Amino acid sequence: MTMLRRPDPDKAASTASVVQADAYPRFAPVGEAALTVEFGNAVEPALNAQVIALDTALAAAELDGIVETVPSYRSLLVCYEPLEISYHKLVAELRRLLAHGLQERAGRAMTWDVPVVYEASYGIDLPEVVQRTNLTEEAVVSLHTSAEYFIYTIGYAPGMPYLGGVPPALHLSRRDTPRPHVEAGAVMIGGAQACIVPTTVPSAWYQLGLTPLRPFDVSRADPFLFRPGDRIRFRRVALAEFEWLSRLSFEALLQYVRTEA
Amino acid sequence: MTPVLRAVSPGPYVTIQDAGRPGWHRFGVSGCGAMDMPSLVAGNALVGNPPDAPALEFAHVGGSWEILAQSVRIAVTGGSFGVTADGVAVQPWRSHRLQRGQVLHIKGASDAVWGYLAVAHGFDLAPQLGSCATHLRSGLGVGRFVEGDTLPLRVASVPIARERQLVPHASTADPIRVVMGPQDGYFSQQEIAAFLASTYRMTHRSDRMGAWLDGPVVAHCGGFNVISDGLVPGCIQIPGSGKPVVLLMDCQTIGGYPKLATIVSADLPRFAQCRPGSPVKFAAIDIDAAQLLYRGYRAALAQIPQTVREIPERTALPFWLRAS
Repeated sequence: MTMLRRPDPDKAASTASVVQADAYPRFAPVGEAALTVEFGNAVEPALNAQVIALDTALAAAELDGIVETVPSYRSLLVCYEPLEISYHKLVAELRRLLAHGLQERAGRAMTWDVPVVYEASYGIDLPEVVQRTNLTEEAVVSLHTSAEYFIYTIGYAPGMPYLGGVPPALHLSRRDTPRPHVEAGAVMIGGAQACIVPTTVPSAWYQLGLTPLRPFDVSRADPFLFRPGDRIRFRRVALAEFEWLSRLSFEALLQYVRTEA
Repeated sequence: MTPVLRAVSPGPYVTIQDAGRPGWHRFGVSGCGAMDMPSLVAGNALVGNPPDAPALEFAHVGGSWEILAQSVRIAVTGGSFGVTADGVAVQPWRSHRLQRGQVLHIKGASDAVWGYLAVAHGFDLAPQLGSCATHLRSGLGVGRFVEGDTLPLRVASVPIARERQLVPHASTADPIRVVMGPQDGYFSQQEIAAFLASTYRMTHRSDRMGAWLDGPVVAHCGGFNVISDGLVPGCIQIPGSGKPVVLLMDCQTIGGYPKLATIVSADLPRFAQCRPGSPVKFAAIDIDAAQLLYRGYRAALAQIPQTVREIPERTALPFWLRAS
């Protein structure tokens, strides 16, 4: 939640020129072949639901000239072909869809029960998290597994979910020096966010554990596991179970982790 | 034996690029694609390929590549790259037929960063998510080339035919045109006016993901952390340092710095080709003007294959009587 709540003269003066609250939804060009629709300026499930609802409605409208869309926390990026639809025409179409009223959660929503091994060689940043939070390792793991996480958006790397819902006691500023190679399957937290790493990436977040689930595999019929709006829970597994799950086929593993809402 | 190009000593930043991988941004997959699309289209047109066929893209130097096929037809485009085959000069912006064992050596250009080596009938590569474009960070496409790597070709030989040439698109030093926004509200009118009046310089810290510019600092008036949201190549981000960073073809799919303006598609290849140290100025145009410009850009891209000309066969005249 980053929305301004208390009066802060400096911030109020600066944000006033940015966007007035009643200016939402706000439309702005992103070059001549994309535009953004902002629904607010906060990380909130309600704003994200509006983004996903407009995305769903736009897909159902099957307008000519839509190339692709990128839903994120509080805005929808729409990439389009200007030879087929102009900026002004597209804004009018989007306003029309919004005026009709959006249906919330028309698409799929899954709940994922993600197995994680938190043992020492997998939760490589657990000791640092323990030290920084003044909690025991058990308490950190228990906090991490007690929360329900919400996928706001997919980005940074192929299939990587950005999760909200991290318990406040685990909110830590990023590590000073990013780790250049974090492996696929790493389960991480950073500030108020969490993620599951899909391919080797550099990251300054904290690796709490490892999951056998792969958010991205180009050889799968659907290479991407997660969608915005899906929910995730982490479940502690013993090393033996982790190793057993790691040997399962992708289809078999899915039986253990996925529930359709 | 499979016909291949063999990397004898490849340049440090060689990838395969085509028109890119649209449609997967929502899943965190970068669009990728040629940094200079008109030059990719020109290279493909010279060797008779479809406009967006995959070609080798290189930054600054292409390195040495040995022909291990009976014959190939190639073209180098992107700039006035110094190219030789077994030490004999090979002109860029025209096609050439090379034989087995010849070594193509691609040096730098004074007028460009990104170059293309197009091969007739193309490389024998399997597309991933609809494209052969390399994305080094996510491991999509063929990776970084090292000495001894081979790149399979679709055909083992090409017939002798008239070679072809084209006149490269004229480059200009005109300002790079931008559409303001989507987050220009994070900057005062004075800061925006100063940004548009300033001259920036391309730095060495530039790659397929983005270009870091040097020049006057652009001050934020609403903080520099925005909630991460979708972006496209051409977006000009202003990070905490106040020095603009222009996102390019391999950019991440969402980002959290205010996006002051976005370079129009028509001018993005010209911007990407600016060499380190060269001056860059920006000019704002409105969305209607930008969309008109886009029409012209797309028409010009489509026109490139029609500008290819066959090179007349050599006359039988002795060299001192030839025109040039």
